[in-house]
Amino acid sequence: MDRRNFLKKLGLGTATIAAPAIVSCTSDKSSGAPHEPATGKMTMRINPNTGDVVSLLGYGMMRLPVVGGNGSAREEHSEIDQEEVNRLVDYAIEHGVNYFDTSPAYCQGQSEHATGIALARHDRSKLFIATKLSNFSPDTRSRAASIEMFHNSLRELQTTYIDYMLLHAIGGGKDAMQEFEERYIDNGILDFLIEQRNKGVVRNLGFSYHGDIAIYDLALKMHDEGKVKWDFVQIELNYLDWEWANEINDRNTDAKYLYAELAKRRIPAVIMEPLLGGRLANLPDPLAHRVKKRDPQRSIASWAFRYAGTWPGVLTVLSGMTLMEHLKDNLLSYCPLEPLNEEEMRALERLGGDIVSYNTIPCNDCKYCMPCPYGINIPAIFVQHNKCLAEDHVPHDRMDPTYAAARRAYLVGMNRAVERERQADHCIGCGHCEPHCPQRIKIPQELQRISEYTDKLMREE
Amino acid sequence: MLRKIRITIAVIVMTLITLLLLDFSGTLHPYLGWLANIQLVPAILAVNVVVIVGLAVLTLVFGRIYCSVICPLGMLQDLVSWLHERFGGKKAKRRFNYSPAKWWLRYLMLGAMTAAMIVGIHAVIALLAPYSAYGRIATNLLQPLYIMGNNALAAIAEHYESYAFYHVDVWVKMGATFAVAVATLLVVGWLAWRHGRTYCNTICPVGTVLGVLARFSWFKVYIDLDKCRTCGACSHRCKASCIDSKNHAIDYTRCVTCGNCLPSCEFGALHYGHPRAAAQPAAAEQPAAASTEQPSRRAFLVGSAIVAADAALAQAGKKVDGGLAAIEQKVAHTHRATVTPPGSLSVKHMAKYCTSCQLCVAQCPNQVLRPSNDLATLMMPTMSFERGFCRPECTRCSQVCPTDAIRPITMEEKTDIHVGFPVWLEQNCLPGTRHVACGNCARHCPTGAIEMVPLDENDELSPMVPNINEARCIGCGACEYVCPSRPFSAIYVEGYEVHN
Repeated sequence: MDRRNFLKKLGLGTATIAAPAIVSCTSDKSSGAPHEPATGKMTMRINPNTGDVVSLLGYGMMRLPVVGGNGSAREEHSEIDQEEVNRLVDYAIEHGVNYFDTSPAYCQGQSEHATGIALARHDRSKLFIATKLSNFSPDTRSRAASIEMFHNSLRELQTTYIDYMLLHAIGGGKDAMQEFEERYIDNGILDFLIEQRNKGVVRNLGFSYHGDIAIYDLALKMHDEGKVKWDFVQIELNYLDWEWANEINDRNTDAKYLYAELAKRRIPAVIMEPLLGGRLANLPDPLAHRVKKRDPQRSIASWAFRYAGTWPGVLTVLSGMTLMEHLKDNLLSYCPLEPLNEEEMRALERLGGDIVSYNTIPCNDCKYCMPCPYGINIPAIFVQHNKCLAEDHVPHDRMDPTYAAARRAYLVGMNRAVERERQADHCIGCGHCEPHCPQRIKIPQELQRISEYTDKLMREE
Repeated sequence: MLRKIRITIAVIVMTLITLLLLDFSGTLHPYLGWLANIQLVPAILAVNVVVIVGLAVLTLVFGRIYCSVICPLGMLQDLVSWLHERFGGKKAKRRFNYSPAKWWLRYLMLGAMTAAMIVGIHAVIALLAPYSAYGRIATNLLQPLYIMGNNALAAIAEHYESYAFYHVDVWVKMGATFAVAVATLLVVGWLAWRHGRTYCNTICPVGTVLGVLARFSWFKVYIDLDKCRTCGACSHRCKASCIDSKNHAIDYTRCVTCGNCLPSCEFGALHYGHPRAAAQPAAAEQPAAASTEQPSRRAFLVGSAIVAADAALAQAGKKVDGGLAAIEQKVAHTHRATVTPPGSLSVKHMAKYCTSCQLCVAQCPNQVLRPSNDLATLMMPTMSFERGFCRPECTRCSQVCPTDAIRPITMEEKTDIHVGFPVWLEQNCLPGTRHVACGNCARHCPTGAIEMVPLDENDELSPMVPNINEARCIGCGACEYVCPSRPFSAIYVEGYEVHN
């Protein structure tokens, strides 16, 4: 080997050694790869009653992924993608998530089964499973049918005990008081569940609440009077509902009140709808810019999660994560949680007030209203309408230079999102949906408003 | 040269007219609508004097060039014939031979067409009008493919959050018309594949009329007898089978001025232009073709158009969340009278003027218009409201109609044209049968013709059902479309034979 060749080889060798060094140097600063959540950093909260160490991020099993689709498993004939559920659950557990919240009603009744399969592959003793007594239908309200529903949950979840058992969505229905009594008191089911708690089959007993405040107050009064001890309560909390829930819909109550009532009694709060079904991730453009300016590195959704997590009385914050991106982004917010300061909390609450001014329909796409007996795709219509509001595609003034483009976006977008025969003009106003809505939206009224607006847009060709 | 110019124009016109028929968005019509208006049969039906005279002059100057560069059915045959030549081997190019004209058949067809126009026998006009035959082929067979292409673009656009393209449903509107379109394509296509322009020269009444004029055209193809060696090459190349090379005669009633023969002559004996006196071809077999008859024949043509016009003017349980309830497809009620679109004046007017070209059906953005399946009105547009209703802001069918079967109307005029009246079927109506509050028909009625009243007038709390004021109903079908009763709506529109 002559000298030249030797040097050549040496140079190449050095280069190959040097190359990875350079890459590793730059990857932290400028490669653009998204941050990966760290393991072992999850912020944990302690349940004062049982000493359970619960992850601040809880996995909501309501919006599970569906085979071959990018939506969640709540459409017609949709089958849950079990493999994907397993992958998501494994990743979540690996990163410290240990609270899983399901219900016999979720995903057209498939959620508990899928949750059971995914969790059976892990150490049961390290996990907390929450499910509900979802006896919404009058024919499941008898004592026997309700008890059967409870036993079925144990079977589907492949377990002998439930860590967190909830009365599902009290405060709803046409006559909330009557419905509460029918579902849980008159049939003795509340007593049955207390009995199960004494036996250890239920470790924590609580309820989830939407709707009529009288029922919330009644339930807490029962607690105060020692009739039933609530180990936890699940409420809707986020920076929009904190002070504006009542403003948006006078039938609803601000989260500020709900949370304060629990804090007073030292009842741990489990938080649902921290992101309002994604509405707080998809803000109107000017508001989105405002949030992004605070920290360009953080997602818009992360602010909603940090807001909910900052409240000290919160045991866990549930998120229905359909996609791996949702899961990773939420893990970044809580591994560990960097609590918001006072200024940030108030800024977000003000942001909530600005969101209210956009008149979005407070639908979180939970699909409790579905199926509509006349085939209307209610949540899809509301979600699409809200999307247009956020994107400034709901024009009113024909003189506006952007009118034509916005009109087209609204009409074409609605036809893309919802089949014509499932659109708002086919709503007959039977009102079947309305008692089921946890947000207490006046659904037929809103649908008629959208139908009239669409008709007006079409006329103004 | 003539051939190249002819092919260039034909390709352009054929493409544009096909696009006109395929377009569903209404964007092309303002630019291309004239292509339908210059078709002879629609022009005669619409008494479009400018076009009729223009086409007559065009033919008297250039010969039957209309059949080569304006008529889409003619160009379709050229395309089929060319495909045979292109892929059919050497022999295909020389597959034609001179044959005498079949005059009896040509006049029979022209007579049938004229009679049908005067009396108003819709089916004959619809079947014989060449533009309409092509219209049916394009809208029934090509438009679905066009829309599928559009839908693929719409899917891509959706992916990129663009609203440039939107999805359109593809559906077979009526079986009978689809079948007629397929049959026409097969018959005309087969004839073109084998014999070139046989259809144009034996069946098509437009071809016959223009042929009579073309006999006297200023420019024509002629044979220079000094140079002709009577080799017959031009005859074998002539898709119209009109060159009698043995007798050096050309039948100008059948020549479509395609120019294919010109380059086929090795001796330069064929020319296109005004024939010099010396080279005037010997008279071909021209039955009843003395030049003295010229004015009378022309008078007959114009006369028949005017007669037609005069006649026309005279008539004028929830357990789990999520899921979607299955939706049963709506089924049309059996109508006593077909519902024809606003502007068509009456069923009779429609039958008289409509050539069933399907342009209006292809254009209807609300999936209301479709060809009729009834024998009396076969293939004519009829309204049906299972997939949408006749929206108040839309007058597109009346704007695109080349024959005036649907007269142009404005949005304002439309609000006062009553094409039908509503029929309420109590046995289907949900408030009465299922005891649910509804009133969707009343909510969507644009004229306020429907009021909700208690079923039992003595009981204010009895179910509210529609009470219809027929006089205010314009027959738009909104009530029928939004009625929740399936498959048969509880309220439907029955047509008026004469609009008011």
